[in-house]
Amino acid sequence: MKSETFFVSSDSASVSVGADDLVRAITAEAARRGIEPRIVRTGSRGLYFLEPMFELETQEGRFGFQPEGTMAECVTEMFDIGVEARTCLGLMDDLPWLHKQERLTFERCGIVDPRSINDYRFHGGFLGLERALGMAPEDIVAAVTESGLRGRGGAGFPAGVKWSTVRGAPGDVKYVCCNADEGDSGTFADRMLMEGDPFLLIEGMIIAGLAVGAGKGFIYIRSEYPAAIQMMRQAIETARIAGWLGGDIRESGKAFDIEIREGAGAYVCGEETAMLESLEGKRGMVRAKPPLPALEGLFGRPTVVNNVLTLAAVPMIVARGAAFYRNYGMGHSRGTQPFQLAGCIRNGGLVEKAFGTTLRTLIEDFGGGTATGRPLKAVQVGGPLGGYIPEHLLDLPADYEALAEAGFMLGHGGLVVFDDRADMLEQARFAMEFCAIESCGKCTPCRLGAQRGVEVIDRVAAGVEPAKNLALLDDLCTLMKDGSLCALGGLTPMPVRTALYHFPGDFERAAAQGDIRWA
Amino acid sequence: MTIVKTPVDLAGRIGRILSEHEAVEGACLVVLQAIQREFGYVPAGALEPVARALNLSHADVYGVLTFYHDLRRAPPARHVVRVCQSEACQAMGSRSLTEQLSRRFDIGLGETTADGATTLEAVYCLGNCALSPAVTVDGALYGRATEFLVLERLGAAE
Repeated sequence: MKSETFFVSSDSASVSVGADDLVRAITAEAARRGIEPRIVRTGSRGLYFLEPMFELETQEGRFGFQPEGTMAECVTEMFDIGVEARTCLGLMDDLPWLHKQERLTFERCGIVDPRSINDYRFHGGFLGLERALGMAPEDIVAAVTESGLRGRGGAGFPAGVKWSTVRGAPGDVKYVCCNADEGDSGTFADRMLMEGDPFLLIEGMIIAGLAVGAGKGFIYIRSEYPAAIQMMRQAIETARIAGWLGGDIRESGKAFDIEIREGAGAYVCGEETAMLESLEGKRGMVRAKPPLPALEGLFGRPTVVNNVLTLAAVPMIVARGAAFYRNYGMGHSRGTQPFQLAGCIRNGGLVEKAFGTTLRTLIEDFGGGTATGRPLKAVQVGGPLGGYIPEHLLDLPADYEALAEAGFMLGHGGLVVFDDRADMLEQARFAMEFCAIESCGKCTPCRLGAQRGVEVIDRVAAGVEPAKNLALLDDLCTLMKDGSLCALGGLTPMPVRTALYHFPGDFERAAAQGDIRWA
Repeated sequence: MTIVKTPVDLAGRIGRILSEHEAVEGACLVVLQAIQREFGYVPAGALEPVARALNLSHADVYGVLTFYHDLRRAPPARHVVRVCQSEACQAMGSRSLTEQLSRRFDIGLGETTADGATTLEAVYCLGNCALSPAVTVDGALYGRATEFLVLERLGAAE
């Protein structure tokens, strides 16, 4: 065997289950055979259930290998008989799991070397920015508006409308803030993108800056993502040196620069106004709206606040046109959504599909059902503030409107699967407990309501006047929903109420038994 | 009672950090993070010089210090094990993993072992939800975590 090229993910989740050990195994076996392999560290393809895995380049394409047993045995067999090895998964492009996806935002992730700006360009990077540099700012905003792109952070607000407001706002100093405080359980798409294709986010932010007239951008990344922080810092430096970022972008006379700010472990800073406070160096306390951040945002200036995936969709829209993007999706949910399959699921990972695919397709066809093989009980969609969806509603289409109509929300597109061992009273209690821990404390319904919510659920569990306490819980949920300043207090009732409504048995059983676990 | 010794040359080291961050807009949090990187925690004596340099009140700086889960006011143990308590990890048994580790170390979440060697902490999502349950041991992330894995990693660190 001659010199060979291997691809191994350097994504932190891949490394968390042994991707670095795999690199060492390949290097050691190659050395034994007198070969010096070329090992490219890519981002992740999102096939986490197969990790750790590696890919071998051949004339037909890349073949995947998933070691079973020891890595050394697998690597030895691969060197001996190549793609005939037992552990060979076949051509990556032919794997149904990847083949059946519609990858737009994640088209490069897992394929390119995220550290290489040349690799990025070679795979279509910066085409959007090159076009944008020659466009009138209002035309960039128009393209984003026509594409139907909505904020991928959870609220689903039309990106074009936000950009148009910032563009029209008075003032010379404006900002673009990328919200990379992805704290929702069951979501990891932002992290995967920042670790696997960081130049795409940089390109999207520069285009946003050109469109609204902002000269500076901030990326607020949560501290729980050290690898993403490091990768983004490195990519910003590389882009600056290559002239794509800074005082004179590709000699266009236009300027834009980006600064990274690290979060400090507060979930509420994912809320846009709390994030702005945190960026200003203060406690991450929510601001009352209005004024909208688009008019008075960071340091009181007009500010675009978008999620990682929203900004990452922009280069493609500008490069290939609004219609190209718009043609994916259904109703008012246009384009694709990177869905994240997590929790008790056999095939956990990232699936990018056009809006409108059903939850069942995602969980059964892609996800392969529960990890334990036991019956599925509930799926929490949209993070810790999202509802618990029972099995019989899995045919709901995964889009903003259809889920909202059924009393749920899509959020950031995370799906957390629970098998039949889950106790929904316990999950409802956790939702209140999490809100109590993470509340910024500014408004009473959230700060005190969540604390009282835990106590009321504990009384139900203890069998203390369950009917009266459940009525009180419902009242409390209404108060938190209507009276909280932001989504943390306002949406915590969603997991609580959906648990109660769709799984009343778990509450009744606890109440009847007078379970005193927390009494 | 924990006795926190005042770090050597506190004033000089804080002064250097402050001068390195002169150009940062809204610097308070960034400065406190830098101080924690330098000392492993934010010493009480750091508050006054930070407040003075940034033209803030002592209460403002204290307010920021106490708001964020990451910022510490005392040195951490030699080893820190963080176990994700969020839903995706719960669905794969993080509650029982937490109980096992609690029993093994005889401490609860947020506590440090009697010998001061290991702290057990809660964390809410490490972005490893497809490979749950997730933990970090001394900052390194692990997926499909078990009690055995955590103990093995801690053993390797000794």
